[in-house]
Amino acid sequence: MPSANTSAASQANSFASRFNLQQYVVYFGFLAIFLFFAIVLKDSGFLTVRNLSNIVLQTAPATIMAIGLVFVMSAGEIDLSIGSTVAVAALAAAVTVNEYGLVAGVLAGIGAGLLIGLLNGALVAYVKLPSFLVTLATMGLFAGVARSMTDLRSIPVTDSTFTGFFGSGVFLGIPSLIWWTAIAVAVGHIIYRETRFGAHVLAIGDNARAASVSGISVPKMRLAVLMISGGLAGLAGLLYAGRLQAAKYTLGETDLMTVIAAVIVGGTLLNGGKGSIIGALVGSLMMGMLNNGLILMGLSVSDQMIVRGLIILAAVAVSLREKSR
Amino acid sequence: MTANPNVNAAAPVLQLQDIRKTFGGITAIENFSLEVRPGEIVALVGDNGAGKSTLIKIISGVYTPTSGTITIEGESVAMSNATMARAHGIEVVYQDLALADQQTVYMNMFLGREPVNGFGLLDRRRMINETEKLVKELDVRIPSAHAAVRDLSGGQRQGVAIARATHWASKLILLDEPTAALGVAETAKVEEIVLSLKQRNIGVLIISHSLDQVFKLADRICVLRRGKQIGVRETDKTDKNEIIAMITGLQQH
Ligand SMILES: Nc1ncnc2c1ncn2[C@@H]1O[C@H](COP(=O)(O)OP(=O)(O)OP(=O)(O)O)[C@@H](O)[C@H]1O
Ligand SMILES: [Mg+2]
Repeated sequence: MPSANTSAASQANSFASRFNLQQYVVYFGFLAIFLFFAIVLKDSGFLTVRNLSNIVLQTAPATIMAIGLVFVMSAGEIDLSIGSTVAVAALAAAVTVNEYGLVAGVLAGIGAGLLIGLLNGALVAYVKLPSFLVTLATMGLFAGVARSMTDLRSIPVTDSTFTGFFGSGVFLGIPSLIWWTAIAVAVGHIIYRETRFGAHVLAIGDNARAASVSGISVPKMRLAVLMISGGLAGLAGLLYAGRLQAAKYTLGETDLMTVIAAVIVGGTLLNGGKGSIIGALVGSLMMGMLNNGLILMGLSVSDQMIVRGLIILAAVAVSLREKSR
Repeated sequence: MTANPNVNAAAPVLQLQDIRKTFGGITAIENFSLEVRPGEIVALVGDNGAGKSTLIKIISGVYTPTSGTITIEGESVAMSNATMARAHGIEVVYQDLALADQQTVYMNMFLGREPVNGFGLLDRRRMINETEKLVKELDVRIPSAHAAVRDLSGGQRQGVAIARATHWASKLILLDEPTAALGVAETAKVEEIVLSLKQRNIGVLIISHSLDQVFKLADRICVLRRGKQIGVRETDKTDKNEIIAMITGLQQH
């Protein structure tokens, strides 16, 4: 066979496999899991409006964290500290809102997230330490800070404006947590897909040297993505505190794995250069649905963890296969 | 015939004087002086490790010279990054091409210089149109402006890098072994593009290991050996034997 034909064919093949696999796996996965539960759990209340909207409400904080992580991972970095950031931000917000009111509480929560992001970002961008190690360390560090902030005590949030705004409130007939999710996804998507900033995030994750000789400041971009991730984890902390009407050091503790899984399943490459905010949203909803369905099926916590772990493994396998091609 | 009668009349677009660059204890470049005039093609030749890429990176602002001066159109400049060189109308095709593989051809064409519309959003339409126009002009055969760079062949990737440089350059293009990975047809294509830059009065500094190519394209040839400038010859007044002797430091018989 003439070599020109072969290479044309293999090129067409590779287009097809990329098109199907990486980009759309999350939508097929979402549909498949939805249909599976819809059939298996049709008598257990999975398909009720109440249950389905509950899934969306419960995944709001994870979705918001996932948006930040899409930016970080697209830039070729990672942020393992988001779970601890959620706890610190929620506690900071709870203490402050009780003491100084709504605005101060919000500023404290978001501010705590941004500060942790600034610390991570400065160490990665300017001290040039790998983000994996930096955020592994700050994950532990701020988990400790969260524990010591209130001596392991849970802090109730009594400000009803705060809990309405970030938790149980309804605006124009739509729960506030859905508003937050929708706004964060829309704004995140536009910044990621349609601005120079988003393009530069992808460029540094793809080829940092090429980005640098093209006039993109790689350190500034690294700092920025880690601050976005910290700030959004701070917002996720507010949403937890608002919905639960309390803050505790355990908030966000188990979210890291779910969020990373949502982002990877959603089509963001582990090594940067490519990703999707909408994919991360669907990935996050899929993980939420999985949790919900597995609970309704009566699986034990340990079985739930095993199933989730297997799904993450499958997702990572698809992602890496794509990258090494 | 490659000699350009106007070449010697114009003021140099680039002037290097006594450039020296050391990395720690290693002297990569010393006593280097060279001029490139508008519309002139100067070839930089020398064995592996002679310091050619280092020199390109000094001119493009990636490295700052340890000492010496760089003058662009008569104005002495101190460049500390690639953005400044680009602001002076200097574009580079690096040895590794500096392409973001997973991004599209048009995003690579505008990397770091993406146009935006009135809302501050990327003007993709414009990037795509300009890319398609340019690709057609230069006859770089790529499947589409939307293709990801990773899906292109070596020649097509090289074409994208060169198209990008010619699109943005107003004064000077630096090419670091632009045809090293290319087949016969692609090499001819690139050579044609380089020659066409003369019409736009753009100066070219090209690194090549192919003396055939150097003699075909260059007005002048500058020889480097172990960081030292051995000499500059007008192509018309030298031959391959002399250049080889200069590169290797051995007399040819
Ligand atoms: N960043 C650096 N740090 C230390 N030494 C360097 C650095 N960059 C280049 N050198 C050294 O400077 C010398 C010149 O290297 P350079 O890459 O400029 O050679 P070259 O002429 O482009 O070679 P080739 O034909 O193989 O591309 C080499 O000895 C190299 O090891
Ligand atoms: Mg070189």
